[in-house]
Amino acid sequence: MTHATTTDIQDDRPRTSPEPRKAGLSSRSLPRWSPLGFAVVAIALGVGISLAAGWHSRVQWGLISALLFMAISYVTTTVVENQRQAKDRLATSIVWVCFLVAVVPLASLLWTTVSRGVERLDGYFLTHSMAGVLGPEHSGGVYHALIGTLEQVGIATVISAPLGLLTAVYLVEYGKGSLARAVTFFVDVMTGIPSIVAGLFILSIMLIAELEPSGLMGALALTILMIPVVVRSTEEMLKLVPNELREASLALGIPKWRTILKVVLPTAIGGITTGVMLAIARIAGETAPIMLLVFGSQLINTNPFEGAQSSLPFYIYEQYKVGEVASYDRAWAAALVLIAFVMILNLVARGIARWKAPKTGR
Amino acid sequence: MASTTPLDIPPAPPETRSRPKSTGRAGDKIFLGLSRGSGILLLVVMASIAVFLSYRAYLAISENEGDFLTTLDWNPAGDPPVFGIAVLLFGTVVSSIIAMVIAVPIAVGIALFISHYAPRKLAAPLAYVIDLLAAVPSIVYGIWGALVLVPYLEGLNLWLDQFFGWTYIFEKTEIGVPRSLFTVGILLAIMILPIVTSVSREVFLQVPKMNEEAALALGATRWEVIRLSVLPFGRSGIISASMLGLGRALGETMAVATVLSPSFLISLHVLNHGGGTFAQNIAAKFGEADEFGRDALIASGLVLFILTLLVNGAARLIIARRKEYSGANA
Repeated sequence: MTHATTTDIQDDRPRTSPEPRKAGLSSRSLPRWSPLGFAVVAIALGVGISLAAGWHSRVQWGLISALLFMAISYVTTTVVENQRQAKDRLATSIVWVCFLVAVVPLASLLWTTVSRGVERLDGYFLTHSMAGVLGPEHSGGVYHALIGTLEQVGIATVISAPLGLLTAVYLVEYGKGSLARAVTFFVDVMTGIPSIVAGLFILSIMLIAELEPSGLMGALALTILMIPVVVRSTEEMLKLVPNELREASLALGIPKWRTILKVVLPTAIGGITTGVMLAIARIAGETAPIMLLVFGSQLINTNPFEGAQSSLPFYIYEQYKVGEVASYDRAWAAALVLIAFVMILNLVARGIARWKAPKTGR
Repeated sequence: MASTTPLDIPPAPPETRSRPKSTGRAGDKIFLGLSRGSGILLLVVMASIAVFLSYRAYLAISENEGDFLTTLDWNPAGDPPVFGIAVLLFGTVVSSIIAMVIAVPIAVGIALFISHYAPRKLAAPLAYVIDLLAAVPSIVYGIWGALVLVPYLEGLNLWLDQFFGWTYIFEKTEIGVPRSLFTVGILLAIMILPIVTSVSREVFLQVPKMNEEAALALGATRWEVIRLSVLPFGRSGIISASMLGLGRALGETMAVATVLSPSFLISLHVLNHGGGTFAQNIAAKFGEADEFGRDALIASGLVLFILTLLVNGAARLIIARRKEYSGANA
């Protein structure tokens, strides 16, 4: 728009320079609506070409239109304005195309899960197990898997939340020197451990100690995946607590541990809760360790310390493997339950984060 | 990082120096002990992961009759037991490379879109949605990939074969559903898009406003602002974001296990069936494996572990170096 205004100013003045168009501060510019115009032309051309060539894939229609759009806008802008503006427009279109290209599969994923999932998702599905249900039968449910997921994730949370919290406290409040640096580094490294490797680690312990598969073993593997996430997020939150609060408390003669427990942690509790919930959401969807360590079961087993259990993600995999229409339906419905669980956790966690955000004083 | 924050500097030095250790504040000692203990416990866990995996892997490899690195077979139950990771290493690397080649440019594009192009009102919800998508469990991507993406990609496969078959890589020498390394790569790309996007976006938002405004003041177009100030500043951020994505792609299990139809062959025809990845092979072979077979799988898991350690360690080093010279987040 700066171009347009300078043009106006320029036009009002008496033209003193011999070559008004080139010597002026302004250059010709395309009207604001020009991208829209290009788009209309490009889509019309693209559809025309596609129809003429007899393509029926909408993806091809979209691609040819996008390419035409870029070509038309580049050439027109080069002719009317200059090459720099043309490159700018080209970059803008590429960025938009990137965005649209990425939206398609991600939207398809969510849409498929929701639309296929609601077919089978009802009260019956949530309250029945797979006991005695054969693959092709249109019955059975996810109850045993829900119980398994809740118990395994619950155990993992009970172990990793305090451990992660204490580690983060150590890193932020006490941590100096090589130990703290080593812990920080290995927490980062642990974040990247593939879930299947965590599963194999517990499996190797099981092989050595001759333990049987159970929900607890799965929970231990989930703990390894969860701790670094909790440490990382708690650390960030504790760093946000203003130092003045600590100093005020210490100046009153309150011991450091009381300061941490009564001043620092309560200030950051919202963010810490968020971090823990996001970590729960992350591990709730882990399949690989469950497959190695819990083995899966069609029956309701409420005891996580003994015997095989199931879990939501593993249930999805199992049902997919069966390969029948009915089992695909069950897999999608369970996927919807899992996604809903994870999304609700995420939304609530982010809500808490916004609501309880510590005052940073900035 | 923790040692350089201003938070822990003020209270500590006078306290430890001026006060004798026996102030009677048992609470302090217990609390310090607990928190330091859990830090140490983490180190112990990391160390024991390496030790236990190595021990079981050693048990398996010492009985292996084939060459662990070059054998094109996985038959630990056979007589003699023979297994090797060549195919798995190849498949893991190839599918991850395909995923990176597709995902990184697109993710940078989306990150730029959110940080610099999207209308203000759209940008915040978009960033939020991308973060949510990063939380979708991999098994859901897996069944979506197998049931929706695979049939959809048949057309693309034919097209690639028709026009790029001469590259050898894109030559499809068989007919059938594309449960190939290429499809796996595409699915992995879709899976790591959200994480790469959200990390890059955060880096782009940290670009000092002054730099961008200076470029604008010199008459730069929006693209020139990005090329001159945003991308140079964000380069290491993009690299580390990609490495994080790569770490995920390398270790992804379920999405590969559902989509790929594996075989123990090394072929550069990425559109054909076959190949395998470490994680996928573990998931596929675990059910039928006896104790020795499990040890063999653990041995392959150890290689995957080392691979991801290297990638993640490199990513962290790059991030740490950027933090040192960047004044934006000080």
